[in-house]
Amino acid sequence: MSTAVEPASTASPARPRAARTATPGGARLGRGSGLGLGVAVLWLSLLVLIPLAAVVTRGFSGGWSGFWDNITDPNALRALRLTVVSSLLVAAINAVMGTLLAWVLVRDSFPGRRLVDLIIDIPFALPTIVAGLVLLAVYGTDSPVGIHLLGTEKAIVLGLLFVTLPFAVRSVQPVLMALDREVEQAAACLGAPPRTIFRRVVLPLLLPAIASGATLAFARAVGEYGSVLLISGGLSRTRVSSMYAFQKIENFDFLAVAVTATVLLAISLLVILGLDLIQRAAARRG
Amino acid sequence: MKPRRLWRFGAPMIAAGAALALAVTACGGDSDGGSDSAATSGAGPNAGQSVAIVGYSVPKLAYDDLQAEFLKTDAGKGVKFSETFGASGTVSKSVASGQKADFVTFSLEPDMKRLVPKFVAEDWNADSTKGQITNSVVVIVVRKGNPLKITGWDDLIKPGVKIVTPDPASSGSAKWNILAAYTHTLAEGGTDAQAQDYLTSFFKNVVSKPASGADATTTFTQGTGDVLISYENEAIGAKQKGVDVDYVVPKETFLIENPAAVTVTASAAAKAFLTYAKSDEGQAIFAKHGFRPTDKNATIGTVEGANDPSKPFPTIEKLTTIADLGGWSKVNKEFFDADNGIVTKIENATG
Amino acid sequence: MGSRRSARLVQRAIALLYVGILVLVPIVVVTWKTFSPGPAAFWDAISSQQAVTAFRLTAEIALASVALNTVFGVGLALLITRYRFPGRRLLSALADLPLSVSPIVVGLALVLVYGPVDGWFGKGLHDAGIDIIFSLPGMILATTFVSFPLVLREVVPVLAEEGIEQEQAARVLGASALQRFLRITLPIIRSALLYGIVLSLARSIGEFGAVLVVSGNVSGENQTQTVPLLVGERVQQLEPGSFQLAFLLILVTVLVIVLVFLRRDRSDRAGAVLADPVLADPGLADAEPGHAATVVTASDNVGLDDAAIDRGGLR
Repeated sequence: MSTAVEPASTASPARPRAARTATPGGARLGRGSGLGLGVAVLWLSLLVLIPLAAVVTRGFSGGWSGFWDNITDPNALRALRLTVVSSLLVAAINAVMGTLLAWVLVRDSFPGRRLVDLIIDIPFALPTIVAGLVLLAVYGTDSPVGIHLLGTEKAIVLGLLFVTLPFAVRSVQPVLMALDREVEQAAACLGAPPRTIFRRVVLPLLLPAIASGATLAFARAVGEYGSVLLISGGLSRTRVSSMYAFQKIENFDFLAVAVTATVLLAISLLVILGLDLIQRAAARRG
Repeated sequence: MKPRRLWRFGAPMIAAGAALALAVTACGGDSDGGSDSAATSGAGPNAGQSVAIVGYSVPKLAYDDLQAEFLKTDAGKGVKFSETFGASGTVSKSVASGQKADFVTFSLEPDMKRLVPKFVAEDWNADSTKGQITNSVVVIVVRKGNPLKITGWDDLIKPGVKIVTPDPASSGSAKWNILAAYTHTLAEGGTDAQAQDYLTSFFKNVVSKPASGADATTTFTQGTGDVLISYENEAIGAKQKGVDVDYVVPKETFLIENPAAVTVTASAAAKAFLTYAKSDEGQAIFAKHGFRPTDKNATIGTVEGANDPSKPFPTIEKLTTIADLGGWSKVNKEFFDADNGIVTKIENATG
Repeated sequence: MGSRRSARLVQRAIALLYVGILVLVPIVVVTWKTFSPGPAAFWDAISSQQAVTAFRLTAEIALASVALNTVFGVGLALLITRYRFPGRRLLSALADLPLSVSPIVVGLALVLVYGPVDGWFGKGLHDAGIDIIFSLPGMILATTFVSFPLVLREVVPVLAEEGIEQEQAARVLGASALQRFLRITLPIIRSALLYGIVLSLARSIGEFGAVLVVSGNVSGENQTQTVPLLVGERVQQLEPGSFQLAFLLILVTVLVIVLVFLRRDRSDRAGAVLADPVLADPGLADAEPGHAATVVTASDNVGLDDAAIDRGGLR
């Protein structure tokens, strides 16, 4: 089955291209490239790897008991529960709405469609604190549309939906675009109604893309800070893990922060792993 | 290059160029390096020196005014200021962690003591005001018109009253608030056990514990909660900013005393600034922002935003001070110790 | 046919409603709130000393961060796609890590290593007179961290896909590495590179949480407040001018997106023509949607029949 599908970058709108690639094993490292690799690895270490290692180290600086105490702190747990539940919800909503949006953008055509395509990218590129201010302006106490969601879990979900809007859409869009319509057309010829065609022909092909988009939305939502800060209203019941961590930073309780951070990092790693597995499964299925 | 290629290359180049242009113009327009435009070609004794102010969140506007006025004086001509304001505990620990500071002021003494002797000299409080620079009292801020008819502390523990007060883990304001809540029972003739009961009911009604005093005001202003516990000057300041609130000065409350000092690496300009802030002129500026001056004999003009602008600082019937409780070391240990403090235990119990 | 048409209309309506409510309404409200205090207020908000310094700081940090990420992004992309070495896939995966890390964690991580009093390296650096945290280098590091993979991820799929034969041919013909890069590789990745740069720029301009933690939020002479941080402070301190600054940031973001969009549209049309059935061939692996390209191993000279499929992918 020819589904030359293009490799979508999930952090950004994708470009449709055939995915014929050719790295025939690659060349071996010469002196120049070896040096380049060394420099690159050094930079990556200094910038990313060592700092993250420091976080995990500090998280365990109180030993396992210190780690456990901080994980089981009721405030930390409450924040984590809110974070994970909201993020899962957001990922699920994005899976559905993202697919719908991608479908409408690719298969439909109406005046302003390209404008909509453009608008979808805005929340991702917006500074998070601006997103937060925007949300506060619309859903806070001064709401001009009469919706008051300050300090509610709904507001947190709304904020997260805002910043994760493009993820699933951009994941699914290129797959849809490159989809070969022959099979769908054949099914239609044979009498299948559109809903069935979607469910049994198109959807299975889209599932990996949907899953990967939803997973990335989840990863972004879990760590999100600036956009939900203001609308949370300072209530402990709307304090997500990143806000809890920041509070501990303000108290210079670095052990508590590091433990929370380690948990969040573990979640991120699981997400990346999951993505990798999804993609391998998709490739295998062919 | 063909015209189309030029365009494809061109658009992002324009974006980059715009950013660059922004940087250049901002650079060119910013030759002063951030200092106030009032300070120009002064040949004052401290010209060119810089003063880094690190302070607790509440007096930011007062310090903005102080800086502006100080720059007009001889001692202040040509001085360059920078500032960081935040929760008292947080900024204190920041300085302890290496944040540059010349002039420091905190909500309460322990946050200053933390910096002695490494960052602040031991004799910081050897002067006539014992190192204190401003006073205030704890008040109850309510929505405009006082819809819940709050008259004092006891009204706060009624069911359904939503209280906003900062988090004692980071905020100095929070500790003053809690002590005021606790000691009002004692001032009414109650026992320690009754005071603890009150505090427990109080915390059950707390819905939000923002990181700093100023954060708490913002949280309240943005719509959370029914009452805010805060400094009298914070309430006055909010009203000056046009926020729709009123405040109640309870019959029994606590005296807030805020310390200020210069660091061991401070410039002469910083020392001059401290002297200015404690002078009559400086204290008058503080008073304008709702702070009670430390000098009891200081003249106070009208204060906009106060309940009665011509008599902005009413005498408190029963005013408790930190000295009455035995000083901060004792109080911190007894009330706020991370494991056994009275308040810590109540907070943990009420979630 | 009728039901199909109404189904399509319903879908369209839901999609538009979703995007409209989620994105358009807030933007409109903010625009209104920005300009309702009037043009004088707008000018005051963006022309204060603090604001101007914030603009400058934001621009400096963003440019530095984008420059670093471009250099290292392209470099890493070349290494990952053109060479093989043990740990190649691990490197690729690690390079992606920053995207999933919460900005607060980023801030903490940098403070733990580069903080002046207790930092692993920071202590020594501070003694040597180099300040990273509470100061510009730290803010650049934080911003570079969070936008690290953005250029890399755009360039890798393109490099993995194209150009190898030309580069090899050029090498055989005697071109130096630099020549190969400038005249073959660069033109191939130009579109993706520019897109990645622009994304990186948008992200760097807007970073909030990580910079908040490492900067100390200083205003005045040694200001360490970027524009997003200034917006945050104005909101927290109930000072006017937060909306005006925020509006500027929105404007820049939208401008950036529009520019990219226009370019992409053009190259899309070109690419779509090429992408079609001619190249789609049974027996070749489908690339996974979502993240990385499936690496298809084609033998160098023979052609498509001998294609083997490397399931590893490039991460």
